[in-house]
Amino acid sequence: MKLTLTIWRQRNPGSRGKFVSYPMNDVNPEMSMLECLDVLNESLIERGEEPVAFEHDCREGICGSCGFMVSGIAHGPEPATTVCQLTMRHFKDGDELVLEPWRSRSFPFLKDLVVDRRSFDRIIQAGGYISVSTGSPQDGNDIPVGKEVADRAMDAAACIGCGACVAACPNGSAALFTGAKIAHLGILPQGKPEQDRRAVRMVAQMNTEGFGSCTNIGECTGVCPKEIPLEVIAKMNHDYLAGAWKERHKVVTAITPVTDWELAKK
Amino acid sequence: MSTAVAGPHATRAPGFWQSTNGKKAVMAITGAILFLFVIGHLLGNLQVFDGPARLNAYGRFLHNLGELLWIVRGVLILCVVLHIVATVQLWARNRKARPVGYKVKKSVASSYADRTMYWSGPIVLAFVIFHLLEFTAGTIHPESRFIPGDVYHNVVAGFSVWWVSAWYIFSLILLGMHLRHGIWSMFQSVGLNHPRHTPVLKQAALWIAILITAGYISIPISVLAGWVR
Ligand code: HEM
Ligand code: SF4
Ligand code: FES
Repeated sequence: MKLTLTIWRQRNPGSRGKFVSYPMNDVNPEMSMLECLDVLNESLIERGEEPVAFEHDCREGICGSCGFMVSGIAHGPEPATTVCQLTMRHFKDGDELVLEPWRSRSFPFLKDLVVDRRSFDRIIQAGGYISVSTGSPQDGNDIPVGKEVADRAMDAAACIGCGACVAACPNGSAALFTGAKIAHLGILPQGKPEQDRRAVRMVAQMNTEGFGSCTNIGECTGVCPKEIPLEVIAKMNHDYLAGAWKERHKVVTAITPVTDWELAKK
Repeated sequence: MSTAVAGPHATRAPGFWQSTNGKKAVMAITGAILFLFVIGHLLGNLQVFDGPARLNAYGRFLHNLGELLWIVRGVLILCVVLHIVATVQLWARNRKARPVGYKVKKSVASSYADRTMYWSGPIVLAFVIFHLLEFTAGTIHPESRFIPGDVYHNVVAGFSVWWVSAWYIFSLILLGMHLRHGIWSMFQSVGLNHPRHTPVLKQAALWIAILITAGYISIPISVLAGWVR
């Protein structure tokens, strides 16, 4: 099949970018979006041009590396699908696809379709873990967890940190991601002891990064490849409000977001 | 890219009001109080259908509340101010969150009412100011005479002007849209979401919003149609 890929090309954060159209004549409908870019890149390399930079790793929809906008929708038009799993048969012969990187102040631009998502890492660092003493593990059956509880935690834990929620949100909010990370631990008994501290610190870090505020409209869930439900945002708000009250005497710190090249400039 | 390492600079974290979550909780609570007022006000206004004596007596009753009236007004003004300050600050923050926009952007999951909260809100504000000047203070009463104390007369005379009614109806449809999203969103903002109840709440929000809008606009429509005069 024939497709035209209109891709955002920009060498580095400092340079000017522009859209460049690449007609493709022999796209195999069984290829994924990323394989389509591979084919394009091979021809670009043959012609001596710079290949299109994009992030990828597992190519099976579980690592969260890949992701860009496909004609205005994060990860493309198929629900619950990452771009590495998005097969070209979903498009029509002759379609033009516009590929753009995630746009967010908190995802500084790097190159072509690649952005820096370390703001997510810093949010996780702030409390997205449970503290367990080392030593021999406790018997799993010692902590009974109901099936419904386990399912809710598992649904939230499915988040792969791809950033599509932020990219799709008109406010550039990271509420769905942060909510998923707070909820999947807070729902389980193992995560309860640190629940207040976790919610307060992760929300603090989220707000220190430049993310916008949530208006509960649900664009994020609509594009999320793991279909994380809006319920996790309510869970975040709930745990944050409770935690902020219970931990009101404690001084909370957050990490100032700094990028390598900003430091290098100084 | 350089090899310089970004050191973890600890900063004091944003407090409750500085955090987007805290501001949204304030918006939810103030929005809920305003919502209760909107219902109460509607129930009071519908007495217009019981004739002049009933509505004017209701007006006198409110004015005779004395201090209590000012307490209620104070709470409402405080709510409006907090609701709007949070709106303006969050709006500014959200604008900054995406410095470079998209060439193509499609919405896949949200409704029109959801996405236009930052339009319906300010228009409702403009309306409320006009409305207070027209019916409470009586400083604006286009093409009609304002008689202090004669609520019934003021309502009928005011709404007989077609464009006053049109502006009122338009604004109340926007208020309905604001509430269609707001009624369920406020629960989400204070952390309440339930797998079974939330879908029911979303449906109910639509119907409550329609009922409120229909209730309010029945008054100017009845005046224009000559059923109330
Ligand atoms: C009768 C008047 C009003 C009522 C009953 C009302 C009610 C509400 C409710 C219940 C919410 C949901 C809160 C949440 O999502 O947590 C809300 C949100 C909102 N209101 Fe109002 N409101 C009123 C007037 C206004 C005015 C005058 C403005 C603006 C100047 C405004 C701007 C907004 C905005 C922008 C939101 C969305 C906030 C967000 O999701 O981030 N509202 N309102
Ligand atoms: S919540 Fe969904 S869209 Fe957001 S980072 Fe996680 S997997 Fe990606
Ligand atoms: S490459 Fe791993 S999720 Fe797409």
